[in-house]
Amino acid sequence: MSLNSEFSTMTLAQASEGLRNGTFSSVELVRAMHAAIDEKDSVIGAYLAFDAEGALAAAEAADTRRAAGEYPLLLGIPIALKDMFNIKGQPCTCASKILEGYIAPYDATVITRLKAAGAIPAGRLNMDEFAMGTTTEHSAFQVTRNPVDPTRVPGGSSGGSAAAVAGGLALASLGTDTGGSIRQPASFCGCVGVKPSYGRVSRFGVVGSVSSMDQVGPITKTVEDAAILLQAIAGLDAYDQTTVNQPVPDYVAALRDASLKGLRIGVPKECFLDQTDPEVVTKVRAAIDACADAGAEVREISLPHTAYASAVYSVCAAGEASASLARFDGVRYGRRRGAAEDGLQALYNRTRAEGFGAEVKRRIILGTFVLSSGNYDRYYHRAQQARTLIRRDFEAAFAHCDVLMSPTTPTPAYLLNSKNDDALQASFDDAFTVAANLAGICGLSIPCGRTKAHLPVGLQVLAPAFGEVALLRAAEACRRELGV
Amino acid sequence: MKYLVTIGLETHVQLSTKSKMFCGCATSFAAEPNTNVCPICLGYPGALPAMNREAIKLTVLSGLMLGCDIQAWSKFDRKNYFYADAAKNYQITQADQPLCLGGGVDIPVPGGTNRIRIHHIHLEEDVGKSTHHPRCSGIDFNRSSTALMEIVSEPVMSSADEAIAYLRALRQILVYTGVSNCNLEEGNMRSDVNISIRPEGTETLGTKVEIKNMNSFSHIHAAALYEIARQERVLKQGGTLVQETRRWDPDLCETASMRTKEDAQDYRYFPEPDLLPIVLAPEQIDAWRLLLPELPEDKRVRFVGQYALPEYDAKVLCAQLPVANFFEEAVKLGAPAKAASNWIMTDVLRLLGQSEQDIIDVPLTAEAFASLLKLVETKAINMPVAKGLLDELFETGGDPAAWVKERGLAQVSDTGAIEQFAREVIAAHPKVVEDFKGGKQPALQFLVGQVMKLSRGKANPQMAGEMIKQMIDDR
Repeated sequence: MSLNSEFSTMTLAQASEGLRNGTFSSVELVRAMHAAIDEKDSVIGAYLAFDAEGALAAAEAADTRRAAGEYPLLLGIPIALKDMFNIKGQPCTCASKILEGYIAPYDATVITRLKAAGAIPAGRLNMDEFAMGTTTEHSAFQVTRNPVDPTRVPGGSSGGSAAAVAGGLALASLGTDTGGSIRQPASFCGCVGVKPSYGRVSRFGVVGSVSSMDQVGPITKTVEDAAILLQAIAGLDAYDQTTVNQPVPDYVAALRDASLKGLRIGVPKECFLDQTDPEVVTKVRAAIDACADAGAEVREISLPHTAYASAVYSVCAAGEASASLARFDGVRYGRRRGAAEDGLQALYNRTRAEGFGAEVKRRIILGTFVLSSGNYDRYYHRAQQARTLIRRDFEAAFAHCDVLMSPTTPTPAYLLNSKNDDALQASFDDAFTVAANLAGICGLSIPCGRTKAHLPVGLQVLAPAFGEVALLRAAEACRRELGV
Repeated sequence: MKYLVTIGLETHVQLSTKSKMFCGCATSFAAEPNTNVCPICLGYPGALPAMNREAIKLTVLSGLMLGCDIQAWSKFDRKNYFYADAAKNYQITQADQPLCLGGGVDIPVPGGTNRIRIHHIHLEEDVGKSTHHPRCSGIDFNRSSTALMEIVSEPVMSSADEAIAYLRALRQILVYTGVSNCNLEEGNMRSDVNISIRPEGTETLGTKVEIKNMNSFSHIHAAALYEIARQERVLKQGGTLVQETRRWDPDLCETASMRTKEDAQDYRYFPEPDLLPIVLAPEQIDAWRLLLPELPEDKRVRFVGQYALPEYDAKVLCAQLPVANFFEEAVKLGAPAKAASNWIMTDVLRLLGQSEQDIIDVPLTAEAFASLLKLVETKAINMPVAKGLLDELFETGGDPAAWVKERGLAQVSDTGAIEQFAREVIAAHPKVVEDFKGGKQPALQFLVGQVMKLSRGKANPQMAGEMIKQMIDDR
C-alpha cells in the first residue's frame, strides 16, 4: 500500500514509528497529508487553510534533524489545528471576519510545545466563529461536513478538527473545549476527543472567550494518540497563571496495563433523559455492560444539579465572552470598518456589526445583559453559585467512583441546517458535556458503536480534576473490550 | 449661610516596578511611543495577563506603611468600557476585594496632627495615552498595563489646604517606602478630587462632584478652591447641584462638566477569570513587614536624639529619604554630625537645587563628603578651600584627601609663613592699616583677604587675622 492510501487511517503512533524506522520521511508524510486534503477536502471543508510550502519546509528541516540523530517524540509529524491558536507569522481567524488581515505576532504556548516536541503545526481548521456553536455552521467562511455522512454536521465548535481526523485528512488535531467543543464533534465523527482538566494545558495564545472554562485538547484516532499529544502540550505555564503546578505523568506508559478490573464506574442517571436517542442509550449501555463484564463495578449515581448545567453555562460563558471579545474593535488589528472622521463610536459600531456573526452577537448581548448593574446578582452571581453546586455534585460522585460514564451527546450527528435558529435546542445538546467544564474536571469521548444509520455514538468518560491517567486508562481498557 | 466642605481623594500612584503589571515590558517613561509593548499589553487575541508579584509586594508595603489591614485574600476584576486607549476594552482592577483596607495619613494642623483615614488601596493596570490631532488621534501603549495603586481616602478633608497636606504627607511616605517616585510631572501620582458642600449645622453630605485626573498639587488646590466657590454660588443663588464629573482647565482656571450621573457608565464588573485570587500567607506579609523603612516622623525624632541635632535640622534632613541616608552614611564614616547637617542644609541642598538632581544621582559620595568634613575638622584645610572642593566633588567626585596632598592645598598654620605674608600685606596697604587703627573693623577683613590671596587660599584665616592685629598693635 502506498503512503497516500495508508495516511487516511494512520495514527500518530504509526507515523512516529514509520519515521523512526525510515519507512517514509517527514516530507513524504506531509505530501501524503496534502494529497489527502486535495482529494477530499472539497467535500468535507475541514480546512480553512493549509500552508503546504511552510509545512514541507518544516518537514525537510525535521528530516535533516532526524538524519543528524535527533529524535524528539513528534519530530516531523504534522498536527492540524483549530484556527484559534496564534502561530507566529500566520493568520488566525477564529472563523470570524473580524480577524481578517490579522497575522499572529507570537506563538501560543501549545504551539511552542508542539514545536519543541518536533511536531509541525500544519493546517488551520474550520470551527464555529469564536468557538460559539455546536455544528461548525457558525463559521463565517465555509460549511464543514461530517465525513461519515456529508449531509450531516461534524459537530462543533471544533468541527473542523474532528472532521479532518475522521476524514483521514490529518493524523491528529488540536481543538478546544469550553462546553463540549472537543467531545461532541469527536462523538459525531467517531474520533477520540479529550478535554483535559482546567489548568492542565496552557491557554496562552488561544483566542478563547471563556477563560474559566476553555481547555485545549487532542482529537485523535486512538486513545494512545490522545495520550501522546496531551503529553506534549500539558503542564505549568508562567504565561497562563490558571495552569496548575502538577507534574505531567507519563500518559502513554499509563495505558499499557489499562484494566477495568475493580474500576468503580458511576453512571449518572440524569444523563439518560427521555429526549436521549434510544439508539444512543442502547450503545452506551452496552459499552458500560461490557465494562462490567470485564470486572468493573458499575453503579448508578446522581448528579442532582445537572438539569441546571446548560442554563448556568449559558450565563457564565456569555458573561465572560462579552468582555473577552470587546478587544475586537478594529483599532489595533483585524478588520476595521468606518472612517476616522465618523468618530470612534461609529468605528466600533460598524466594525463589530459587520465583523461578528449572529451567534457571537447573541452571546455578547446576553453576556452584557447578565453582567449589567441590576442583573448581575440575578443572573451572573446566581449562576456562579449554581456552578459551585454542580462542582460539589462531582466531588460527591468521585468520592466513591473512579470515573463516570454517559452518552457524550443525546443524539448522533444531525443534518446540516437543522439547528441553526434553535439556540435552546443547541443548549440541550450540550447538557452532558458542559457540566465537566463548569466543574473543571477532565473528560473524553470515545466511539462506542454506530447507529443503524451508521452514525457514530460517543461514550463520555469523566474523571476528577487532574485524573487524566485514570481517565485515559479507563477509556483505553473500555476500547479494548469493545474492540473499537 | 456658611457651608462646610467635604473632600475625598482617589490617588493613582504608578509603582516603581521594572516591568508592567501583567507582562514583562519595561516601564520606562521616556521611550518612543509604542516601543515598550507586547501582545499582552496591546490586548492581542489570545494574550493572557500574568501577575507581577513585585507590584503586589509594593502595594502591601504601602499598606503596611499607611497602617492598612492587609487582606489575606483579594482578587482582580474586569472593568468594562470601550475606549481606544484601553487595549482590551476592559481594565483589570480590584472592584470590591482590594489588597488593603483602612489605614490613614497624619497631617500637621495647628497644635498637632490630624489623621486622614484611608478607605482602601487597590491595584490595577494603567491604560494607554491618547493624543488628539486635527485629522487623527494617536495612541501610545507604552503606559498600557503599568502597575497603578489607587489610594482612596475617606471623605474627611474639610479644605483645599487639608487635601494638599494629605497629598504631601502621602507622597513623602510613598517615596520613603520606595514604592514609587511619585514624580508629579511624569504623572506618577494623579488624583481625582471629590468635593461636596453642605450648610453648616447639617449632617447629610451634599451632592458630590468629582474633578478628574490632576497631577499638579497647585492645580488640585486651585481646582478645589474654584469648585467650592462654584458650588457655594450655585446654592446661594437657589440652584441645585448635580452629581457629575468635571475637568479642571488650568488655562481658564475653572472646572467644566464632563458627564453627569445620568450618563454614568455601567462598568459591568466581574471577577477576572484569567487570574487566580491573590492569597497572601501571614508569613509572607510578616517577611515583607521587615522591609519597611522608618516613617519620616520617627526618623526625625531619632535624628534629634541620636545626633543631637536641632529640630529644624532633623526636619530638613528627613524631608527626603535619600538625603537622610546620605547624612547618616557620612556620620557613620566619621563626619561630625552638626557640621554634616550644616553643610548638607546649606551647600549640598543648594547644589542639588541648582542642578535639579537627586543626591543619589550625583558623583558626590557620602564617603568623599565625610572625608572632606574630617579635613575641615582637623583644620587640615580651611573653609574656602573646603567649599571649593565640595563644588568639585559634586561635579566629578573624587578623593579630597588625595587632592589636598597632590595639589598642596593643606592649610598653612605655620606661624612663620603667615607672619611673612602679614608683613608684606601691612607694608603694601598703609592706608588700610591706618583705617583699621582708626577703628574701621572691615579693614581687617580686607587685610586677611590679602594674606589669603598671597597664600593662594591656604592660610589659616583665623591665625592670619590674629597675626595682623598683633603686628599692627605692636607697631
